[in-house]
Amino acid sequence: MDLLLKNGKVINHDSEKDTDILIKNGKISGVSSNIKADNDIEVIDCKGNYILPGLIDMHVHFRDPGLEYKEDIISGSDAAAAGGITTCFPMANTKPVNDNDSVTSYMVEKAREYGKIDLFPVGSITKKMKGEELAEMGEMKKAGALAFSDDGLPVLSSEIMRRALEYASGIGAFIISHSEDISLAGSGVINEGKVSTITGLKGIPAEAEEIMISRDILLSKLTGAHIHIAHVSTKGSVDLIRRAKDQGLNVTCEAAPHHFTFTEEELLNYDTNYKMNPPLRTKEDVICIKEALKDGTIDIIATDHAPHHPDEKFVEFDNAPNGVIGLQTLIPLTLKLVNEGIIDIKQFVKLTSYMPSVISGLDDRGEIKEGKIADITVIDPEKTYLYDKNINKSKAENSPLLGSGLQGMALYTIKNGRIVYES
Amino acid sequence: MSFKRKDLVGLKDLSAEEILFILGTAEKFKEIGKRDVKKVPTLKGRTVVNLFFEPSTRTRTSFEIAGKRLSADTINFSSSSSSTSKGETLIDTVKNIESMNTDVFVVRHAFSGSVKFIAENTCARVVNAGDGTNEHPTQALLDLLTIKEHKKDFANLNVAIIGDITHSRVARSNIWAMQKLGMNIKLFGPKTMMPAHPEPFGCKICSSIEEALENTDVVMMLRIQMERQSKTLLPSVKEYSRLYGLNAEKMKLAKKDALIMHPGPINRGVELASNAADSAQSVILEQVENGVAVRMAVLYLLGIKTEVK
Ligand SMILES: [Zn+2]
Repeated sequence: MDLLLKNGKVINHDSEKDTDILIKNGKISGVSSNIKADNDIEVIDCKGNYILPGLIDMHVHFRDPGLEYKEDIISGSDAAAAGGITTCFPMANTKPVNDNDSVTSYMVEKAREYGKIDLFPVGSITKKMKGEELAEMGEMKKAGALAFSDDGLPVLSSEIMRRALEYASGIGAFIISHSEDISLAGSGVINEGKVSTITGLKGIPAEAEEIMISRDILLSKLTGAHIHIAHVSTKGSVDLIRRAKDQGLNVTCEAAPHHFTFTEEELLNYDTNYKMNPPLRTKEDVICIKEALKDGTIDIIATDHAPHHPDEKFVEFDNAPNGVIGLQTLIPLTLKLVNEGIIDIKQFVKLTSYMPSVISGLDDRGEIKEGKIADITVIDPEKTYLYDKNINKSKAENSPLLGSGLQGMALYTIKNGRIVYES
Repeated sequence: MSFKRKDLVGLKDLSAEEILFILGTAEKFKEIGKRDVKKVPTLKGRTVVNLFFEPSTRTRTSFEIAGKRLSADTINFSSSSSSTSKGETLIDTVKNIESMNTDVFVVRHAFSGSVKFIAENTCARVVNAGDGTNEHPTQALLDLLTIKEHKKDFANLNVAIIGDITHSRVARSNIWAMQKLGMNIKLFGPKTMMPAHPEPFGCKICSSIEEALENTDVVMMLRIQMERQSKTLLPSVKEYSRLYGLNAEKMKLAKKDALIMHPGPINRGVELASNAADSAQSVILEQVENGVAVRMAVLYLLGIKTEVK
């Protein structure tokens, strides 16, 4: 059925206007004022709400195949749709690893069949993410991978990283770097700082991230290839990336909502829901991340949605796995930046939809424009609610925000012209 | 006043009054250890389980003797900390033992924060016998009791804590408690063993052992874990003893009546030369003796209560 969205505030990365949107055959067929409704068209009144291009999350973990008890493509799709997200890039650390086109195809197909969101799986850079031999990036690209990463396991060899960048750029793909000097991070479990001193939890210095970012920037310079730095968490990282961009290097990056929302202070109580990698940093780092989101040094926001079973987090801090779920808190946490006056609503769209589409070359989405596919998120920015188990669609519950009040949520999520979520 | 807490997880959260109250209770119990029959019926019928996920003969024995002197049934349970998602979890283990109607858990564990985690998830009383590099509250309390016996008053005493500060739960517990009691603390050790961000300790960081010892009332040497440290934190044990070890010569820089303390077991010739460890100023064996009294006090204060929550 065709759709007509009326009376909403349509937000693009570069414009903001009150207008109607007509959706036909899964595409946006009209954007103008006072579109008349035909007989057999569903009309949605969006008065007081924002209409955004569907959000694109370039960093998620869906645990499918292999660890479906944490999350699978079905529950991940549900959570994404409920979070206003219509396109996801699931990372390669599945079981088996997504290092070949059959795994990539499986993920793409399963999501397509379910039909709530599109998946562009991130293939692994190296076979089995061992950091030794390049994986078949070309085959995976054909199956739907646009980017490659051994996320979670940094590629330690500079030689392999160089070749990966060269090879990926040769096939029109790019590399996403999980930047971490493992030897410097050691057995650290939180940021090295005041809180690690107080708690006795072993710290990871900011430099563990910054050293690898420096290397990867240099390798991008060497190869001319596009490198995208995942989950930037420190002031030093932002400074390095800003300098690289000033030099015109082919570098982009992302920040995760938890890294601009929380600080290391949250760890004083040893709550494993705050255990993540990279770890929560200091207030000063958070301020820098926000500034970098404002000035465009950080190109996109990605959730790094990392579901774990409750039993896995209910253990000693050192034994708990890293990660936090984030699909359904992307909107409220990013909206908070808007309400704080750090970014405006157009920048919200730029960070969560437009730039992800530009970076990954998905020019059929990321904007509300005639001819684009009808991936659309309608947001009620004022709506306040308790983020509880009823609202959470993920199989996992590892969010420190679960049980707290949030503001702003997706009212409708529309994928290819079809309503896939309605709150 | 009285001690109203369910658990003793650390000294960071205790007030000066609570710390002094435990010490006062320990002083009363110390007398029992001097009797011919070193036993009172105070905790008769109560069960104290020593739950050790990390080996420690000394602390466990001290708790065991303390429990027995109070007539509690003390049981030892040891296991490895390395259990992961496979098999029984830490809380499963705790719940299992708790279901046998135990009253107090004395817990030693290799990970910081794990004793707090246990305390929050059991109805039994919990005493921290050392969690990772976080806290070892009864060790600090026995240190304080020993200091009190010699110096009478805590306020304005100068203490030097020397050695591996970063990885020392003994140092952390002492730092939190000593500051509440008005003592001045100096820290010294190799840079590799000092926290990169020592500010929260609020202690003076010294750049030489001379600076640390000067005008000091109490010199607290920390134990070097030779297995671990020899790898990346220290070039050699020999060098450590020269630069960071204490001997009778260096001790002359401290006040004449300064005490030498050590949590034990000593690495002789490494952090402490024999001429310091066995000198008249050394109170190391008194610390061990006071350990029993302090642990009796803690078990008593937690164990006499029945209803929780
Ligand atoms: Zn990562």
